[in-house]
Amino acid sequence: MVRQYLDFEKPIADIHEQIESLRASGAAPGTHDKELERLTKKAHSLEVDIYGKLSPWQQTQLARHPERPSMLDYVEKFVEGFLELHGDRAYRDDPAIVGGIGRIGTREVVIIGNQKGRTLKTRVIRNFGMANPEGYRKALRLMHMAERFKKPVVCFVDTPGAYPGMGAEERGQSEAIARNLMEMGRLKVPIVVVIIGEGGSGGALAVGVGDRILMLENSVYSVISPEGCAAILWKDGTKTATAAEALKVTAKDLLALKVIDEILPEPLGGGHHDVTQMSTTIRTAIVRHLDQLEKMSEKERTEARYQKFRAMGVYEG
Amino acid sequence: MSWFRQKLRKITASGEDRTEIPEGFWLKCNGCKEIIYRKEVDANSKICPKCNYHFPISVDERVGLICDPHTFKAWGGELKSKDPLVFKDSVRYRDRVKKAQKKTGRNDVMVCGDAAICGRPVVLGIMDFEFMGGSMGSVVGELVTRAAERALKKRVPLILFSASGGARMQEGILSLMQMAKTSVAIARLRENGVPYISVLTDPTFGGVAASFSMLGDVNIAEPGALIGFAGPRVIEQTIKQSLPEGFQRSEFLLEHGMVDMIVDRKTLRDTLGRLVAFFGSTAVAAGH
Repeated sequence: MVRQYLDFEKPIADIHEQIESLRASGAAPGTHDKELERLTKKAHSLEVDIYGKLSPWQQTQLARHPERPSMLDYVEKFVEGFLELHGDRAYRDDPAIVGGIGRIGTREVVIIGNQKGRTLKTRVIRNFGMANPEGYRKALRLMHMAERFKKPVVCFVDTPGAYPGMGAEERGQSEAIARNLMEMGRLKVPIVVVIIGEGGSGGALAVGVGDRILMLENSVYSVISPEGCAAILWKDGTKTATAAEALKVTAKDLLALKVIDEILPEPLGGGHHDVTQMSTTIRTAIVRHLDQLEKMSEKERTEARYQKFRAMGVYEG
Repeated sequence: MSWFRQKLRKITASGEDRTEIPEGFWLKCNGCKEIIYRKEVDANSKICPKCNYHFPISVDERVGLICDPHTFKAWGGELKSKDPLVFKDSVRYRDRVKKAQKKTGRNDVMVCGDAAICGRPVVLGIMDFEFMGGSMGSVVGELVTRAAERALKKRVPLILFSASGGARMQEGILSLMQMAKTSVAIARLRENGVPYISVLTDPTFGGVAASFSMLGDVNIAEPGALIGFAGPRVIEQTIKQSLPEGFQRSEFLLEHGMVDMIVDRKTLRDTLGRLVAFFGSTAVAAGH
């Protein structure tokens, strides 16, 4: 696949292009070795430099990168015996949310996640990861199943947000999200949430309440998209970088605000540069947290989850 | 443009251009556009005598309409926003808050108190839309949570009136987390059999609709209120067509099974009294 570059990756793209043209020049082997070595080194130092100081808006772009690994990529990498389970038993199956059973190591888990789609065709089918109420209701049905059979729940979050459509309103988008928040707050089995890409507002939170909230280094999580915020507060849809900065959407910001528990480091340039390494990092973290959570009693765990969300917010008086 | 669509345009996230009843002897109804005598509206619980349009009412008027006289004892009014993100757009968040405090005479959106309705104790919370469009930040989240915890401790019904454009963007992710915080607090009431009645008033949207306000054991809507997850403009931009008349109104929510009933402001007190009596009797029967 041809690598896709974001606008701020342009300097890196230029060097990669030079490297490619030297390699394709047809010269005798060894002719350009020195130059190639120099360019490769230069590309690497540029990468370290550029990826080392990404702005919140650049991180948002990386979090939405078309090549960024999705929930199903991770499932393929480290979930054994995955079986997808469909439908909310009331209206229809929502492809914007994938749910199923599988094994991580020796542990049987219920896995739920937003799925944006990996090709143009599947993106359309999956509504670009924007779920309707039936998607959240399917997720809840599977969580209740997990509770009945005492299996932990692992949620992967990656969505621009809940779908703002007419049908969604008719079928109770508000109610579906609200109910998930309430039920995830009291579910008796452990829930580990991993924000793998875009955490878009209520649509992300509706599969994002848990005992542990982990976030990939270049993921973002926000109450409103930088575009939406710029349009409303700055009355200027192009002020996305300013809005992203002001909204504090990065993993570092969220850790400082005590909204997430841990940042999972990404390979240089983002998870899509080394999906295997990224998968290992995520898998290891999930297993470690589930080990910890399963040592707690049901009562301790639900009380800790209550207190975790109870403590969120900053006010005086 | 029909009257309905003109009204839709007035719903904004900040709510700053929301229609208020102007001073004077006469006023124009937002519903039927008739010119009506102000005193007649005031004497009619701020409802248009011609078309039943429910004008916005203040928190104090609301308390007067539903609580037994002199039973409302406010608490929690000292809580203030702290500007955790040091947020600034064209105006600093701190300054927006100060302006709203000056305008409304209160520290934030949510007014909480202990009260009695038809002789029975309740914990009550009422949102003031005039304060930054009723937006939910850390203070609203904390007060809803305290109200739920208080209702649980006293084992009395919780009644929350919502009116909100949604989450308060200026508190970023912390405002989103208030959705989880308040919903988890309501979960505790469910687990312990403490009743919660949600009254949705015009308008209730976004993060407030998608959290505590949809989670009542009984959901009540005021007539004609706009209630939804996404605002009408966002939906129109997404689907690239205009919305049908009555979309996201209380009557639409009733028809789609999202609220139990639509209750006229004049009969709301009696309805709440009836519900509180019902729930009270089950609590006694369960031995609490």
